[in-house]
This record gives sequence, structure tokens and C-alpha cells, in this order.
Amino acid sequence: MKNNNRVWDFFASVRLAIFTLCALALTSIIGTIIPQNKPGNWYVETYGAATAQFFQILDIPDMYGSWWFLLLLGLLSANLIICSIDRFPAAWRLINADQLAVAADRLRGMSFRENWSSAGPIQQNAAALSTALEKAGWRPTSRETGNGILIFSGKGAWSRLGVYVVHVSILIIFGGAIIGNFLGYKGTVMLPEKNSTDKVFASDTSEPIDLGFEVECDAFTVDFYPNGMPKEYQSVLIVKEQGKEVRRETIEVNKPMTHRGVTFYQSSYQAYQDFLVSIVVEPDRTGKVFTIPYQREMEWPEKQLRFGIVNAEGTGDRATRLKIWLKDGEQPASTFWLDNNQQTSIPSAGRSFTISAKQMYATGLQVAKDPGVWLVYLGCCLMLVGLYIAFFLSHQRIWILLEQEQGGASTNVLCAAASSKNKSGFTRTFTNLTDQLRGR
Amino acid sequence: MTSSQLLGITTFIYLFATLLFVYFLVFKADRAHHTAVAATVVAFLTQTAGIGLRWYESYDMGIGHAPLTNMYESVVFFSWTIALFYLVMEWKFRIRVLGLFALPFAFLAMAYASFATNISREITPLIPALQSNWLIAHVITCFVGYAAFTVAAGLGLMFFFKIAKPDTPQQGDHSTFVIPAADTIEDLIYKSMLFGFIWLSAGIITGAVWANSAWGTYWSWDPKETWSLITWFIYAITLHSRYTRGWRGKTMAWMAILGLISVIFTYYGVNFFLSGLHSYGSG
Repeated sequence: MKNNNRVWDFFASVRLAIFTLCALALTSIIGTIIPQNKPGNWYVETYGAATAQFFQILDIPDMYGSWWFLLLLGLLSANLIICSIDRFPAAWRLINADQLAVAADRLRGMSFRENWSSAGPIQQNAAALSTALEKAGWRPTSRETGNGILIFSGKGAWSRLGVYVVHVSILIIFGGAIIGNFLGYKGTVMLPEKNSTDKVFASDTSEPIDLGFEVECDAFTVDFYPNGMPKEYQSVLIVKEQGKEVRRETIEVNKPMTHRGVTFYQSSYQAYQDFLVSIVVEPDRTGKVFTIPYQREMEWPEKQLRFGIVNAEGTGDRATRLKIWLKDGEQPASTFWLDNNQQTSIPSAGRSFTISAKQMYATGLQVAKDPGVWLVYLGCCLMLVGLYIAFFLSHQRIWILLEQEQGGASTNVLCAAASSKNKSGFTRTFTNLTDQLRGR
Repeated sequence: MTSSQLLGITTFIYLFATLLFVYFLVFKADRAHHTAVAATVVAFLTQTAGIGLRWYESYDMGIGHAPLTNMYESVVFFSWTIALFYLVMEWKFRIRVLGLFALPFAFLAMAYASFATNISREITPLIPALQSNWLIAHVITCFVGYAAFTVAAGLGLMFFFKIAKPDTPQQGDHSTFVIPAADTIEDLIYKSMLFGFIWLSAGIITGAVWANSAWGTYWSWDPKETWSLITWFIYAITLHSRYTRGWRGKTMAWMAILGLISVIFTYYGVNFFLSGLHSYGSG
């Protein structure tokens, strides 16, 4: 797989990574200064015809989706893939290498090393050092060499894979984004209370998109802080499949609802000058909900009822108190004030009415289908794990070479070590360990 | 005692601690170091109490939320994380002069929070989009990262200070003994950057998850998001270059400072110079 050709080396180089990252960082600035996705003539008005045309050629109004920006992202992906393929085998070999095959000369040249002499024959010393290593949390293996014994213990070999986990995580995030882009959509819909829809409108093109089921806004409520700021707004949504209610759920900002892969987000609302009036007639308990415009008379012929909202109080476009006019057959009409969304009981000849009235709203929904989002989240988790491994764990290796000292009964001990990262931090680990091994 | 009084006092204790560090370095007064660290701890505890009290006050007003929601609160929290990060570094690495290069940032942040005229110090209710537990996760992860980058930049300044005054032990110049070797500083810059990078990544990710749960889009290229990514690129470039191209010493120190400039622009500049989804963070 690995070719020694120039193209491969170019795509495997860190130099390309640095160039691509610099290019992405610098070009990204453009889109933060020049507002994105405005209508075409906005650019003409703001920057003049010539500049606007120049922008159009370079796709500046939608630069993060432009061919050249995507090309840079593609270049980064190619770089990530090829450099990982290029380097991974070497890392894998290091993880699985036979560390006991190392030459004694290499140990003598390591920057972490300590040499001492210990009484007794090699075997006895090797057993003692192995026990001491084990006690210190290192798992030793050993082998007889030509004229002595070599003990080895390693920790965190897998940490060499951390960097590849990070690289793969970025590719997974890109993959998730691509899937979401091609198989998903983002839309919006403004749905008045008691209305339903089986279509939403694409956020970018406003083209209608079929949901494949129907969604109805059963009720919308909004609470306000004393200073008039909206505190919370929520919609009761009903999902209908083939005209049958299959689901009813309350959504609010930050608490969306997902149905068959389509997620509905509460995003805005709009107040109407219409009102929803609900009337229940006692004692026969028949009720009905009417949508009536402000100051318009409504009739419920079956019950010989006429009614209307004759006056309203409120702030801005929000009604807080409503004045209701109600006439039961030939009885004298009654008018009364009612707080928005409250109910009251009105007695009449031989029957009574439970009335509630509220201002009508439309709920603004963001609708998104993104089958790639779980991949993006998986990539994000992998990235954090990978960064942690790559930055804070290291492959630490310790060798102990025991050789018979010339003409004596004592053993020459050479302890050497290497750490793939954080050499300054490893210094202390090494000193502590050799102190322990020497029984100091 | 109100939270704004406590936070006002904090500002002055940070100033006092910073001055003590200057005194320690200039007058070679080793004992001043303990006092300076003690003053920092007192300032940090006062600030913690102030933030806690502000949290409590918001519940008293019936609009309870963590004090992490507007520019004032975030600058106070930024200062708090810088002080915390510095104290942990002081305790872990025992670099006695570090306070001089880290604490001024904590003080400046508090001074800005306390005296700036263009930000509101009121406790205000939260708009629905901000009412999410992701808010706390997002703000904390971002600011831990920012604090690490701030200390990295402080270490960058320390690096230049060190190489401007080469070691002359014969003359017994106090400052060259107190300031660690250039290599040690550089190693700490690198470590702070690694630490900050992982938290910045977590901050961007928590922001994306939050955006997805609020709006159905985890990434929309709004200026704040884009600048956080630019900052991420800058540190990614630095870490790769150090690893493979051997950027050491001065280049690392410069990159630590450049990185902080990008952080500050992401955090502060975007709100004032560019417009976007994060506009509520500007008031």
C-alpha cells in the first residue's frame, strides 16, 4: 500500500496538515465579517455591484458551502486518512514489538538510565527486581540473553493510538455531517393553534417538504416574567398517522420531540388577533371550541348561543384580559371580563355555560431530520477520549539488564527507560522507581 | 453584604496580590511570596463567595439560574477560573513568579467587570433558549480552556522576560533565579496549551450539542462558532508544529500569545464587532 512516490508523501505530510489548517483558519474569518446567506441584492446594495459580482464568483455569500471551502475540508480529510495510513503501521509495530529483543547497546544509550551493582548471583537479583517491579505496579517479563538476563515492563502502549483516535473522530464527524446533509433536511413551519400540517418548508429554499405524517398544534401557551420578557413557551403537539392520533407531547424550547426521525423544536411564536373560545353547556355537557376574530359575533345555532370578544386589554400584541359578550336565546345579553386562558361559569335560564377564552397563537417550529447526528456525537466523544489519550497518557518502557560482574559474585544492574511523551514528568517516575528497586 | 460588594472587594484584593508579586520580584523579598499567594487565596475565596451569593440572590428574585449568563457574569467567572488555574499550577509546579504573569489577567477581568460602563451588572431573567443544563456545561468547559490559554500566554510573556535577561548568576540577580529556565517555561506553555485544547474541544462540543437540542442544528457557522473553530485551528497548528517541525522556544511563546488574542476575540470581540446567535452574551 505504501508507495514511495511524491504524491503519497505530499498527502501524508504534516506540512500539508499545517497548510490546510492555516488556510481553513484564515478563510473562515471572511464569513464572520461578511454576513452570510443574505439575498443577492443585499450584497449589491452594501458592497456595490462590482464587489458583489466578485463575491458571487467566489461563493462568498455562502462560503462555508462553497466549492473551495469544501475542497479545503476534503484536502484535510485526505490528509488525515493518508497520514494515518502512512504512520499507523509503525505505531502498531511499536505497540507489538518484542521489547526483550532490544540490544544492550541501545539501553546504554538511553537518556533515562541508572547503573548499580548488587550483591549475589544474577538469578537471585532478577527474581528480587521482578518482585519489586510488580510491587511498584509494573508487570515484568524476562528473557535470558547471551550473558545475563533482561527484564522488561511497559505501560500504556495503547496510548500510541490516541492520535489516530482523534484523526478518525474528525473523519467520523465529517461523515455524520455529510449524511445529515444528503439524507436530512432543516425546515420551519408556523402552525396556528388547532391547525395541522403534513408539510414543512425548507430553511434555505422554502420548498415544501413532506413529513409523511400529520402534526397538529393542539395548544400553545406562553408565560412572561414581570418585566414582560417571555419566560417559557410551549406547544402541545399531536401526531396523526392516517388521520389517527398516535402521539401527544408537549414541547418547549430546549425540549424537542422526535417522531420517526423528524425532530420538532419550539423556536418562536406569533400572537394573533383571533381568539379561541371554548364553551361547555351544562347540564348536557356538550362542548365546542370556536376560533373567532376580535370584535366579531359568532353563533352556535344548535344551542341558540351568540357571543363575541368585544374588548381586550394587554401589552404589545399580547392580550391579558378579555371582555366577553354572551347572549343565550332571547335572554338578556351578559358581558363580563375574563383573564386570558381562564374559565368562568355563567348561569342562564335552566342551564349554565362554562366559558374559557384565550388569545390565539401560532407556534413557530423548527423541524429537522438528521440521520447523521448520532455519528457526529460519536465522533465528538471519540475526539475527547482520543485527545485525553494522546495528550496525557504515554507509553513508558523500562528495561533492566543484569550481567555477572567480572571475577565477582555480584551482579551489574543497568536500568534504562523511555517514555513516548512528557519526558520531564517521567523523570520523577524513573527516579522513584530506581530508588525503590535499589531499596533506598 | 451583597454579591456586587463582595466582587468589588475581590477586584481590589487581586490588585493587592498582583502588587505583592511585583514587590516580591523587584525587592527580592522572598517572604512577600507567601503573602502574595495568601492574598490570592483570599481573593479567590471572596470571589467564590460572591459568585455563590449572586446565584443565591437570583433565586431570591424568583429567577434562579447559575451566574454564567451575561457578559458581566462570564467575565467574573473567567477571572475566577484564571485564579483557580493559577493556584493549581502554583501548587503543582511551584513556580514562584508565575503569579506575576497570571494574576494581572484575573485582576483585569475583574476590573473590567466592576468598572466598565458598557455592560449591565443586573441579574436578569433567562430567555427560554438559555434555560438548559447544557448552559452550565458549555460555559464551564469553555472557560476552563480559556483560563489555561490565558496562563499559557502569561507563561509566554514570562519566557520573553527570561530570554531578555540571560542568566548572570555571578551578579546574583534575583529575578533570573526566581524565573525558571526557558526550557521549563516552554514545557509549561505546552502543557497548559494541551490542557486548554482538550477543554476548548469539550466547550465547542457541548455548545454544538446544546444548539442541536435548542434549534436542531449542531453547527451553523455563526461568527461565534466560527471563531471558536479558528481558535481551535490555531492551537491545533501549534501542537502539530511543535511535534513535527520542532517549533520550540520563541515560536511557542508567540503562538501562546497569538492564541490568547484569538480566544479574547472569540469570547469578547465577536459580541461587539460581529453579530450572531450569541448576541445575548453581549449585554
